[in-house]
Amino acid sequence: MTQLIIICCYLALLLGLGLFSSRLFRGTSKDYMLASHSIGPFLLLMSIFGTTMTAFALVGSTGESFKEGVGVYALLASSSGITHSLCFFLLGIKLWSLGHKYGYTTQIQFFRDRLQSEGIGLLLFPILVGLVIPYLLIGVMASGSVINGVTQGTFETSFGFDEAVTKGGVPKQVASLVICVVVLIYVFFGGMRGTAWANTFQTIVFMILGVVTFYVIAMKLGGKTTFMESLRAASSKIPPDKLIRGAVGDHHGISKLKYFTYMLVPLSVGMFPHVFQHWLTAKNAKAFKLPVIAHPIFIMIVWLPCVLVGVWASSDLFYGQLPAPLQAALDGNPNIVLPVMVKQLAGPLLGGFLTAGILAAIMSSLDSQFLCIGTMFTEDIVKHYAGAEKIGDRQSILIARAFIILIVAITYGLSLFEPRAVFTLGVWCFSGFSSLFPLIFACLYWKKLTKAGAYAAVLAAFGSWGYLFWQSDFAANRGYTVMVPGTDYETMPVATMFLCSTVAMVIVSLITKPPEEEHLKRFFA
Amino acid sequence: MKNVVWGLVVLLVILHQDNWLWEDATLIDGFLPVTLLFHGGLSIAAAVTWFLATKFAWPADVVESSSPGGSEA
Repeated sequence: MTQLIIICCYLALLLGLGLFSSRLFRGTSKDYMLASHSIGPFLLLMSIFGTTMTAFALVGSTGESFKEGVGVYALLASSSGITHSLCFFLLGIKLWSLGHKYGYTTQIQFFRDRLQSEGIGLLLFPILVGLVIPYLLIGVMASGSVINGVTQGTFETSFGFDEAVTKGGVPKQVASLVICVVVLIYVFFGGMRGTAWANTFQTIVFMILGVVTFYVIAMKLGGKTTFMESLRAASSKIPPDKLIRGAVGDHHGISKLKYFTYMLVPLSVGMFPHVFQHWLTAKNAKAFKLPVIAHPIFIMIVWLPCVLVGVWASSDLFYGQLPAPLQAALDGNPNIVLPVMVKQLAGPLLGGFLTAGILAAIMSSLDSQFLCIGTMFTEDIVKHYAGAEKIGDRQSILIARAFIILIVAITYGLSLFEPRAVFTLGVWCFSGFSSLFPLIFACLYWKKLTKAGAYAAVLAAFGSWGYLFWQSDFAANRGYTVMVPGTDYETMPVATMFLCSTVAMVIVSLITKPPEEEHLKRFFA
Repeated sequence: MKNVVWGLVVLLVILHQDNWLWEDATLIDGFLPVTLLFHGGLSIAAAVTWFLATKFAWPADVVESSSPGGSEA
């Protein structure tokens, strides 16, 4: 019950913040969708960081390192520190500048203008929305599972749901609905400004709670009087196979080429439509400096303690002490490692706060994605085809809000079907976005890119994604890799997609007529 | 200096492929796995490199000013 009370207080606090920020709303569509380009360096850092870090940052990182060892940090965290900031620096600043100059609100507006093509918008729209929706589903479903997990045993009733599933906790369906409604309310009323403030608050919450959790778990697990002694005691029992990345016994490790090609996955940030929208909220180009510099450090602050906790969990000090059914539960679903550790070692109070931190990480991504899809429907479809001049400012906000409600309802509806495979779709979604990275990079840095070259890039990315997705049994084969022909070297599927889209774009652009010099002057100084 | 910055970014990518630590299970100071120490250090090195990028490789062709309606947030 303590945990449930803390979660309810946290959600109420978040709603209060969202409603407060809505009082700063200026009543224009530009303010609703882009916060009137008024976001300074600190809010930009916090809102972009909160948006790019999902539940995976706390729960997934611990679970993956429990299963795979310390290499998880290298695979996902240090690589993101390099590539995310690279995207902010190379793409974000230039796109902000062009957006400011030509009044873009969405990615598709930029592509249509740069490539002088109406059709590119129609081609990209379903692909971008199609890749964001599974990403949204992951958040909605994860929030339901987390709340149900930590409240199990609280109630004697199952509220009409299957008792074997609810186990005396808040039913997942109800928990997901509450999270959707809370996010909907502050996005609905606060728009981008409310989202930026809420993201900042939530990012602070999950960063602080992550560090506090690390300290408490280290002290309890190590059981010594000082923090350093406890750290040493906890680490001394880490199984040797969890300290390396090579294959040992049952631990299959990761091949060096697969590890290298994994680095292409975080390039997806460069094509996330919701990150694009956050970039455009910046007050000026200089506001990007802080996010570019601090992003790798922030990733380290969140990920390093979580990875260490994950490998501690696999040791005899923790895993070895658990009853067999709980060991089996952890083996079957490593995502519950962190909640179980907190429950066993830290008690309900910290458990409640940690749950609030996990929900903060989930909601700080959900809000931006909901707002972004609402904005895309309004700007790229309704206003674009009905004529922007026919739709006033108030109508634009009304349409965006209606679409946001619709998207929240559709996402929640889809989450009820429990498409469990959606969790494994995460890396496929990111790979899809990464395969479009060459297109946005070429739009900004390659004058010879043509409209036909852009179509070729999108079609090659989509075609290769579809083929490899099919080859992986639609993500059922979680360890699916692409072998380099004639060798036994394995690569991540994203490498093939990236290569296909780049080659198609370059070849077709070189054999088709380049854009007029006059047009290019608008984009290249 | 701009080329030095981009050289450092390439170096970060090369260092990220730390094949020499693949099988190293050393615990630094008795608690921190060497892989985590190295990659934590790489995260700090990335922040320093991006700081240098904002100093010496800032794009010259961007609009710097805020929008007329913009204000501090």
